[in-house]
Amino acid sequence: MDATLAEQQRVLASDWGGGKSPFGTSWSKFMMWIFIISDALTFAGFLIAYGFVRGISQKWPKQTEVFNMVLITFMTFALISSSAVMAMAVGAARARQPKLAVRFLALTIAGGLIFLGCQAYEWSHFIREGARLTHNPWGVPQFAAAFFVITGFHGFHVFSGVTILAIVALRAAMGKYSADGVENAGLYWHFVDVVWVFVFAFFYLL
Amino acid sequence: MHEPHTAEHAHPQLGFWRKYVFSTDHKIIGIQYMITAMAMAVVGGTLSMLMRYQLAWPSLLSPTMAKIMPDAFAGGVMKPEFYVSLVTMHGTIMVFFLFTAVLTGGFGNFLIPLQVGARDMAFPFLNALSYWVFLLSCIVIFSALFVEGGAPLGGWTAYAPLNAIPAAGPGQGTGMTLWITAIALFSVSGLMGGLNYITTILTLRTKGMSMMRLPLTQWSLLVTSILGLLAFPVLLAAGILLLFDRVGGTSFFVPAGIIMNQVPLMDHSGGHPLLWQHLFWFFGHPEVYIVILPAMGMASDILSTFCRKPIFSYRMMVYSMVAIAALSFIVWGHHMFVSGMNPFLGSVFTLTTLLIAVPSAIKTFNWIGTVWGARIRFTVPALFAIAFVSLFVSGGISGIFLGTSAADIQLQDTYFVVAHFHLVMAIAPLFAAFGGVYYWFPKIFGRSMNMTLGKIHFWVSFIGVYSVFFPMHILGIGGQMRRIYDPTQYDFLKPQQPLNEFITVAAFILGAAQLIFLFNFYWSIFLGKRMTERNPWHATTLEWTVPSPPGHGNFGDELPTVHRWPFDYSVPGEKEDFIPQTVPATVVAH
Repeated sequence: MDATLAEQQRVLASDWGGGKSPFGTSWSKFMMWIFIISDALTFAGFLIAYGFVRGISQKWPKQTEVFNMVLITFMTFALISSSAVMAMAVGAARARQPKLAVRFLALTIAGGLIFLGCQAYEWSHFIREGARLTHNPWGVPQFAAAFFVITGFHGFHVFSGVTILAIVALRAAMGKYSADGVENAGLYWHFVDVVWVFVFAFFYLL
Repeated sequence: MHEPHTAEHAHPQLGFWRKYVFSTDHKIIGIQYMITAMAMAVVGGTLSMLMRYQLAWPSLLSPTMAKIMPDAFAGGVMKPEFYVSLVTMHGTIMVFFLFTAVLTGGFGNFLIPLQVGARDMAFPFLNALSYWVFLLSCIVIFSALFVEGGAPLGGWTAYAPLNAIPAAGPGQGTGMTLWITAIALFSVSGLMGGLNYITTILTLRTKGMSMMRLPLTQWSLLVTSILGLLAFPVLLAAGILLLFDRVGGTSFFVPAGIIMNQVPLMDHSGGHPLLWQHLFWFFGHPEVYIVILPAMGMASDILSTFCRKPIFSYRMMVYSMVAIAALSFIVWGHHMFVSGMNPFLGSVFTLTTLLIAVPSAIKTFNWIGTVWGARIRFTVPALFAIAFVSLFVSGGISGIFLGTSAADIQLQDTYFVVAHFHLVMAIAPLFAAFGGVYYWFPKIFGRSMNMTLGKIHFWVSFIGVYSVFFPMHILGIGGQMRRIYDPTQYDFLKPQQPLNEFITVAAFILGAAQLIFLFNFYWSIFLGKRMTERNPWHATTLEWTVPSPPGHGNFGDELPTVHRWPFDYSVPGEKEDFIPQTVPATVVAH
């Protein structure tokens, strides 16, 4: 590799030539992206394990007979809508309108809380009907076990998301916020929603 | 983009605790990782010595051992369950808490910001947190040795369903739970570290440090961190499911009809033990490349420095690392050839596995091409780097046998496998790590290690590892099983027993040689020869342009600008035989 001046000029001018982020973003946003990829693999592990145990089961319960699909649809709708509002919060933060951003963030948190509330209701209903980690009235034990582990792990993510959003909203209300911070929290929130779409599709619909 | 750190002089002097213990400085965190991993290596190594003792003289009465460890040596002879717990803990400690930790945590932390020209990692606090979680995981796994029932028995792979059922053995209760907890903590710590390594290498390179000007150490750490980021979460998911099987009573990995110690397990049904194997090896195979890749990168840079020649075919070195990493995710089935897998699927995994031989061979030939015709400076790091290539080839060749399903069915779970994976993913990386320690020690501590002791350490170790691991191929072909407690219990293995005794004697000498290293290391930290020179090896990369040890913020007031790749050794027409990366281009074209 020749160390010529022309080569040096070419390197310094290129996006990957160093001295700047090649992605044109802050390092924190990039880090959030790769965290999301990594965490997606955790959910992939769970969903594949679920598919595996379901595949080797003789019979899998019919979800429509077990779950209240109206409730599930409603909570899915709440979560997806909160993602849309989150995008508006990011827009407001970018436009330097902290008050508006806080309002949208509060709505996002509300969406998350509605989702968590529905999930708590669903869980308690499920448990009252006799579902446990070890057995359930509808068939193979893996049905309820996978339900509790996967929706529980996802619910834990929603809960952490709500906590993060609350912190970001508080900081924004106190004027100590950055658009990047709001956007990073938003990325995480969208990720949690996308994961739910997969959980919803694979666990409740298929 | 904000700078993670301002310049050196802006920092007030920190007290001892903030500077050396609760530090967010990548250099201190790197040293912390290194020293913790070395302590774990002493534990793991001691366990292997006990194993070798048992394998050579299985029924020899030892009143001394019975006095030191009355539980494990009841009646003067090692108990079988204690032996299997040694196997488990040795493997787990060495794979995770030594190799993964020292190569990415130790060298990665110390070298990444210095070699890419950054003041620190992107997110220093997260980096420090990664170390403390790692330390916690070390304490948890170490404590598994001392709990009721002892350490777990399932090997480092902890196969289901034994790992899911506390009644399966004495160590499968608390010991196994601690094992899972430690591995989960380690995964989280690795995630926090990996986020930093990738982000720092990609976004905090200094001006002029394009990707194709990165030292190969940096490429290897980048690729390894990506592997870790994709592989460890799957292990984490498997671990969480396993924890539910153990404490929640679920049956993800436990089928119906299991009878354990004459007691049928009534409350489990519907799970599958193979699910664990799939999830574990989806992580487990990339894990061996997480260990070997940084070793390859470091050995490449060290070789080039001491051959005073550019690395042969830098681009192919990079591409082959990427190829190895990509292939590593589609070969996990070769660990499961005897699990009842469809032979057709087995041949697909054979094909993907053998494909890995291609980039591996490219790397090997490039190392040979680098050494070819060079006037090698046989310093201690150079010796270790050359030995790395030798060990990698010796261990890699047997991988072709094992990756071929037809041959593997014969060799599976014999000492042939033990020989293979020790050479290729334990000893080879160990030698690269030793080379790295001798090479970067002056930069890390500002003093030099004693090179005479280093040479003694090298030659005893090099002859030692071949004496220990080469005969194991023969034992394995002769049929000695991988985790066997007493090889003399079968008549057909008895003729091989002298070989077992030879290996054990060699292993004891090898273990003793490591004490020389430990002495040299700690003695040199405090009393080694002070390095006044910044660049004792006449190397080209950025870390050699700063004082030893580098100050806080690494690079003084201004970050360096990089003008060339890191392999400008013996450039024709130049006065010196090396040109550091920071030297501007001359108008004269080469």
